[in-house]
Amino acid sequence: MAYVPLADQEVELHHPHSWVTKYVWSQDHKVIAIQYGGTAIAVGLVALVLSLFMRMQLGFPETFDLIDPNSYYQSVTMHGMIMVIYLLTALFLGGFGNYLIPLMCGARDMVFPFMNMLSYWVYLVSVIILLASFFVSGGPTGAGWTLYPPQTSMAGTPGHDMGIVLMLVSLAVFIVAFTMGGLNYVVTVLQYRCRGLTMMRLPLAVWGIFVATVLGLFAFPALLVAAIMMLFDTLIGTSFFMPAVIESGTALNYDGGSPILFQHLFWFFGHPEVYIVALPAFGLVSDVLSTHARKNIFGYRMMVWAIIVIGLLSFIVWAHHMYVSGMHPYFGFFFATTTLIIAVPTALKVYNWVLTLWEGDIRMNAPMYFAIGFIFTFIHGGLTGLFLGNVVIDLPLSDTYFVVAHFHMVMGVSPILVLFAALYHWFPKMSGRMYHEGMAKLHFWCTFLGTYAIYLPMHYLGIHGVPRRYYALGTTEFMAPATQDANTAITIAALFVGASQLLYFINMFWSLRYGEKSGPNPWGANSLEWQTPDTPPIHGNWGDTLPTVYRWAYDYSVPGAHEDFIPQNTPESEEPTVDEEHFDPDHDVSKADL
Amino acid sequence: MKSLKHLADKPWERKGIIGGLKPEGVFDTAAEKVALGFFLVVATVLFSLFTISYFIRMELPDWRPLAEPAQLWLNTGLLVLSSALFQLARNKVKRGEARNVLTLYLAGGIVAFLFIAGQLLVWGGLQEAGVYLTPNPAASFYYLLTGVHALHLLGGLWVWSKTSIRLLSGSEPKDVRLSIELCTLYWHFLLVVWLALFAILSNT
Amino acid sequence: MSLAIALFLLVIATVVLHFVFAYYFDWWFTPLAADWAGIDFTVIVTLWVTGFVFIAINAFMAYCVWRFRHRPGHKAVYEPENKKLEINLSIFTTVGVVLMLAPGLFYWAVFVNVPEGANDYEVLAQQWQWQYRYPGADGILGTADTSLVSESNPFGINPEDPNGQDDVVVNDPQMRLPVDQDAHFLFRSNDVLHNFTVPQFRVKMDLVPGLISYMWFTPTEVGTYDVLCEELCGIGHFIMRGQVVVETEEDFNAWLAAQPTFAETQNMVAANPAAGQAQYAICATCHGQQGEGLLPQEGVSPLNIGPKLAGQPAWYLERQLQYFKNGVRGGEGDDDASRGMATMSLTLFDDDAVRNMAAYIATLPDEPAERTVTGDIANGQDIYDRNCAACHLDDGSGTWYTDAPPLAGQSDWYLVNQLSKFQSGIRGMHPEDDFGEQMVYMATAMADEEEIRDVAAYINTLVSSRIEVGE
Repeated sequence: MAYVPLADQEVELHHPHSWVTKYVWSQDHKVIAIQYGGTAIAVGLVALVLSLFMRMQLGFPETFDLIDPNSYYQSVTMHGMIMVIYLLTALFLGGFGNYLIPLMCGARDMVFPFMNMLSYWVYLVSVIILLASFFVSGGPTGAGWTLYPPQTSMAGTPGHDMGIVLMLVSLAVFIVAFTMGGLNYVVTVLQYRCRGLTMMRLPLAVWGIFVATVLGLFAFPALLVAAIMMLFDTLIGTSFFMPAVIESGTALNYDGGSPILFQHLFWFFGHPEVYIVALPAFGLVSDVLSTHARKNIFGYRMMVWAIIVIGLLSFIVWAHHMYVSGMHPYFGFFFATTTLIIAVPTALKVYNWVLTLWEGDIRMNAPMYFAIGFIFTFIHGGLTGLFLGNVVIDLPLSDTYFVVAHFHMVMGVSPILVLFAALYHWFPKMSGRMYHEGMAKLHFWCTFLGTYAIYLPMHYLGIHGVPRRYYALGTTEFMAPATQDANTAITIAALFVGASQLLYFINMFWSLRYGEKSGPNPWGANSLEWQTPDTPPIHGNWGDTLPTVYRWAYDYSVPGAHEDFIPQNTPESEEPTVDEEHFDPDHDVSKADL
Repeated sequence: MKSLKHLADKPWERKGIIGGLKPEGVFDTAAEKVALGFFLVVATVLFSLFTISYFIRMELPDWRPLAEPAQLWLNTGLLVLSSALFQLARNKVKRGEARNVLTLYLAGGIVAFLFIAGQLLVWGGLQEAGVYLTPNPAASFYYLLTGVHALHLLGGLWVWSKTSIRLLSGSEPKDVRLSIELCTLYWHFLLVVWLALFAILSNT
Repeated sequence: MSLAIALFLLVIATVVLHFVFAYYFDWWFTPLAADWAGIDFTVIVTLWVTGFVFIAINAFMAYCVWRFRHRPGHKAVYEPENKKLEINLSIFTTVGVVLMLAPGLFYWAVFVNVPEGANDYEVLAQQWQWQYRYPGADGILGTADTSLVSESNPFGINPEDPNGQDDVVVNDPQMRLPVDQDAHFLFRSNDVLHNFTVPQFRVKMDLVPGLISYMWFTPTEVGTYDVLCEELCGIGHFIMRGQVVVETEEDFNAWLAAQPTFAETQNMVAANPAAGQAQYAICATCHGQQGEGLLPQEGVSPLNIGPKLAGQPAWYLERQLQYFKNGVRGGEGDDDASRGMATMSLTLFDDDAVRNMAAYIATLPDEPAERTVTGDIANGQDIYDRNCAACHLDDGSGTWYTDAPPLAGQSDWYLVNQLSKFQSGIRGMHPEDDFGEQMVYMATAMADEEEIRDVAAYINTLVSSRIEVGE
């Protein structure tokens, strides 16, 4: 590979001198990425266990003495908040964003490595504050992850004294951490691309992370505003959100506040948040699909435009979470329309993913299983969104299990499948070794089929009218006799899926030690991170000279080329061409590159 | 909008090195300035959302307008002065002059401290007049908005103090030119935010 | 290969399961009982459109995964984009979106515009119960405010407002509606967000403290329907139940006429404790001369041991006496003592006698009952604070607001006894026991008899703290 010598970037690399500066107080984006990822996955496991507690209660009521109504609502709340913010947001942006942006942009590191390090440690503080709420009197808040006032700070809601305060403080600290990280990601993409790497030559993974970060920077302030004002209401007794209310028979000293104002602020953050998680997933999965299909991503430009348009639209659809909130009902017309308009660019992305497979040369490696699984679950979750977004259908379905099933398909299962696709896909680069293929595929089948078994029946329970956030179904006239059986079956599937995630961890730990050496570019991929001189890349990423980019990231199976891929840093003159006679399509790239 | 035009590129058709040492689309300025630019947008979103909440809350029946004390005019004057001093320091550095830069820069920060002290005095005066954080939402918002604004200013003063220490310990102004430019931009931004807040607070 | 087959089978399975779930297990919309066929129609249109897309894309993807799998000699085709195809697909998607959105917006317009002449009804929610108000003869609901809420005026109706005087208040989770008449529901909440949902009516709306929200529908089928709360409202969210009875206009009018108006509830003749005292003699055998209750002891039939009554407020005593009289408590399957009580309650002939008795007992001096139960107080406190305190309050003093009686100072053996009965469903599951089912579910917070005793032991300790606070 040719590197054109050029004036290097002015990043100050603080080369580590000891174990502590190398792995703890590290300013290397790759170490920070792994710190972010490790913390996010660890706290995500807590949330996973909480969800299994809930499922045990719902599937086998009065059989296990794991949780009471109080801790059920705490589990509901903490499960949701951790999964959305502390796992998915942190893992996609703090984890993959950190790891991939400098590598894919051909940079030595983030623009501000110190601030990047600070971002992780502040994030860790927010996680510690969050987890601390499990140990304070009253426990963590049980107000639901939406934290709707007035109930957040009123007796009758678990954790209404200390729990909610710690939750709000933790969120505020998280937002500070995210802002520090986010400015880094955005400016690195804009300013630290290497020579020749125009925006339109970036892999879609960078595009997804970039736009998601911009969304995050502009959306999180809404949550911060809401959290600050709610802290004032809770601690000082102002009435920003608190109307006149009665708590256990006694009138509280609040008057005139607007609970709906909080909901507007929350969802002005909350809806873009969906895309803060989804857009990086869209980007990462695009690259995985293209690489393993040995074909360029279909309609690259349309894919970039769709990411941008979805990002923009995501700021004007928030009130579709509030159709039945008591806000002025005329808003429903506007928000239903904008919401369904978002379906068009989103559908286009799905078409293009499938069309990338069309006429490809599909290598069924484990990441590809997860990526194709994602398309399936995302189609399912996206289509059920058309029910809920269409205002009048939201009347019977909102606050039922249909909603739970929908957002778990679209925001839980789909991003998680992409996460695993990405974790397996980039594992060889991060570790220098291959994962165990068979175990990874088994992990896929358990996760993919298991989650579908969980969430498909849930949609029907929702249509049937089973409400969400219920500790027990109770006795009703309308519920079909088999409703409890459905809950039991779902719980068994959930326990199975939860347990099968062990496969991933076993695979990772086993492979770190015993995995085959992968070489620098086992998939025959084009983007820059696979072209580093060292694998795993060392601090500074690029050795003596930064790479120069001559082409986009998707020159796969270019007619006339010798290989079925041409890395981005291959100059035109060096493009190996052969006459068709000697073309060997079975040339095994992964072995050749060793 | 050149960058928008780039979005129409067909990247598979253009091969070879595009752009010079830096690729197309890179802003021709320091990364710190781009970062500050983004941060200012983030802060604008933050203050806008506070303001929108203010207007929505104002519509509800228990709102009683607050009479802002005249001292705010003096405070406003201080912040304008502070901003102007920063601007003068920046102009000098930009022209490559070193004389008085330190004095102007230090004075700018100190006047900003005076502004914050003035804001605290107003708070004290309101408390004495019996205007507390509760129960009047107008008062709650007054404390909240001025407090958040002052916090932003304090964040700026932290950077200012670091740069001041470098200047005082003998650094040449041209070495901290970027820092001075960033502070100046940030100060102007906070002045604009304050003027907007002041206009809103005193007219409602 | 395996994935292509799996995707294909999943598409087929999804379609098959759709019919199994919807028609075999009946997990589909409950039979419509309101004039909202338009909503069901929009759902069906959406189901067809999305179902078609689901099958088409996934089947096509499965085909691609199979057809273009890696084989020797096979090479991918280089095709950066196909603008025409992408534009056509966008147009095709847009058509689908319009197809779904059009009926959605049309019926939303119907939903937001309440028809002229619809009857007003008010639903008031609070933790964790429903109450209802009817506008009375003038057809206008009086103004109301949370600041006016009290035990005797739970709706907070403005007593100065003439429109409110004839309002009919139903302090009961069950409401009634005349069939085939447009119903305009006005919603208020006294504390947190709630959501009024009857699945068969299809429509729902949040109840927000500080404002009045609304929805409307026309009930079309006579019957009884469950009301569920569908906005998380605290620990009792899942047991906040009510009922709507839809009946013929004659039945409805007859029922409505029998309900008290607001003015009547405010001017009710005070109960006569003296009359109650005269009848109390018969109660004293089991409950003690001063209502102090007896202790279980060897050789005395449990039939003759009654719990402490003193310290219980009149509203609670009145309700329980009515329950005993009507067979809600002490019916079939209940223990002998309760069945005995049911018989004894018949000595109170009418509602006035019940009120007088309750009023008398409420005047008896409240001394804490003697303690008989021991247990792990710390564990009991943990369970109590987390689950019980929400209604019975931290100090066990109870409140009319959550319909929770005082527990502190009550006969501890009786608490153990009743908690066990709630747990096993002997008490609380009668359809007319308005708040019993809430206790049935909250009692699951205690795993077994031992934990029940822990909680009772903790409640014993509340007495001293309450007295200290009082002093």
